[in-house]
Amino acid sequence: MVLTVEEVRWVAHLARLELSHAELALMAGQLNGIIDYFNQLQQVDTENVEPLAHPLPIQNVFREDEASPSLSVDAALANAPDRRGNYYGVPAVLE
Amino acid sequence: MSERTAVEYLTLLDRGELTSESLTEQFLQTIRNRDPKVQAFLHVDESGALEQARLVDMRRKRGEPLGTLAGIPIAIKDVLCTAGQRTTCGSKILQNFVPPYDAHVITRLKQADAVILGKTNLDEFAMGSSTENSAYQVTRNPWNLERIPGGSSGGSAAAVAACEVPLALGSDTGGSVRQPASLCGVAGMKPTYGRVSRFGLIAYASSLDQIGPFAHTVTDLALLLEAIAGHDPRDSTSVDKAVPPYRQTIEQPVRPLRIGVAKEHFGKGLDAEVEQSIRAALKIYEQLGATLKPISLPTSPFAVAAYYVVATAEASSNLARYDGVHYGYRAASFENLIDMVCRTRGEAFGQEVKRRIMLGTYVLSSGYKDAYYVKALEVRRLIKEDFDRAFTECDVIMGPTSPTAAFRVGERTADPLAMYLSDIYTISCNLAGLPGISIPCGFTKDGLPIGLQILAPPFEEEKLLRVCRMYEQETDWHTKRPKL
Repeated sequence: MVLTVEEVRWVAHLARLELSHAELALMAGQLNGIIDYFNQLQQVDTENVEPLAHPLPIQNVFREDEASPSLSVDAALANAPDRRGNYYGVPAVLE
Repeated sequence: MSERTAVEYLTLLDRGELTSESLTEQFLQTIRNRDPKVQAFLHVDESGALEQARLVDMRRKRGEPLGTLAGIPIAIKDVLCTAGQRTTCGSKILQNFVPPYDAHVITRLKQADAVILGKTNLDEFAMGSSTENSAYQVTRNPWNLERIPGGSSGGSAAAVAACEVPLALGSDTGGSVRQPASLCGVAGMKPTYGRVSRFGLIAYASSLDQIGPFAHTVTDLALLLEAIAGHDPRDSTSVDKAVPPYRQTIEQPVRPLRIGVAKEHFGKGLDAEVEQSIRAALKIYEQLGATLKPISLPTSPFAVAAYYVVATAEASSNLARYDGVHYGYRAASFENLIDMVCRTRGEAFGQEVKRRIMLGTYVLSSGYKDAYYVKALEVRRLIKEDFDRAFTECDVIMGPTSPTAAFRVGERTADPLAMYLSDIYTISCNLAGLPGISIPCGFTKDGLPIGLQILAPPFEEEKLLRVCRMYEQETDWHTKRPKL
């Protein structure tokens, strides 16, 4: 096994995904098969090869630091699951 | 009457032989008749579309200047933000999400006076090759309703194939426009990365995603591409390069034409009937004076693995925003903020999305990042270099779009890896950022469409479209329509 159920649980925690016991077990099996498939990349000789994160040879694209119109508060909050005045309501972070 | 091309409709509209309102009503009627079986659409905006159509008719009557798509109905993959209209990405997590802005391409379509009929079904968050991963419905292949239309833009491909619309937009990250185009017997294109702005395209993998057109013919693809391509300052990865007038040159054959044929595209796993159709298509090009050049893309066997490392890594980052805080689904009960986020995502993401987020998180995690993510990016460079080398010897590369014709609904859902291998021929193109097209080139003996894939160097869409048009002029596959 490449991944144990414990490691899968850890990855789910990093990904902020709550998975049921059944999902964790199924996921462990499937992920193992796929990661095993990924391991074949080790066969490729990439000595002195730079990673290619992006297909275009572009660098940072900047614009002038000028304010321009953006979404109104109402438009920005229109899809809020819990709108409180001009804020998004969420469970308390601090005691 | 719904079977014609956009170019044909534009002529009829221009001559006053047709109104946009009557054309739109006709397509809406076709949708009412056929879509209960095809299931291509998630939402149809009947009143909005008719109103847009009437406005165009009025302006045409008054002699006002009109956009290049004036009065033409179009369908949009539900991964593109349409202001004021629900955009779900085929997911429960965005079930009631109404974007407050239009995607750049939507703004461009409105400027072109197109009539947006509605949003089409897709694999959830564009992750899939069959449109079976939608949280809402499974779209069927109009050529055989027991079969999948391909994915992830299956709804858009099926809508065009079923003549429910003459044009549609999809998105292509690993083949998601080209593969469903191939399986549904229509033309579909992925432009060069950076050719079309991704502003308002709900992101799956930011270095791979591109928006692409679907149509029956390549001239219609050219028409739609002209309407949406070009620089957009709101997408810093969109390239500031002029958009050629593709339709102006599309009838000119490319001579001389050197066609690269990669041995890696004709190996194990390629269905015999598909191979036969592709070879027949290559013969037609030879008869037109093209030369076939054997080429090798030696890193191809590793492309699927490299893609699924890179794409899932990027997706794990892009989908981190769906946390129940600002928009979308929020779990009904939770103990604290982290619990809210975990339950929201656990409850409202589908299985394939969760699987890819997990894979992406794993390959980026401490201890594994170098072995998987960085390694995959190194392999990505080799894949790109394979193409750069090949294109010094040939103008375009041709081969099958998909190893098989459309498979049955449910046939590959139990084995994610088997599903991933459907993308074997389309995937490298996204890793390298190249433009690619799939055009119909035949049918299996069971009547399922087969597609020819043509790839070109970056920003050579003009040449690519002309090469495709050469084939269309000699064949009639693009005139076939399914009986529904």
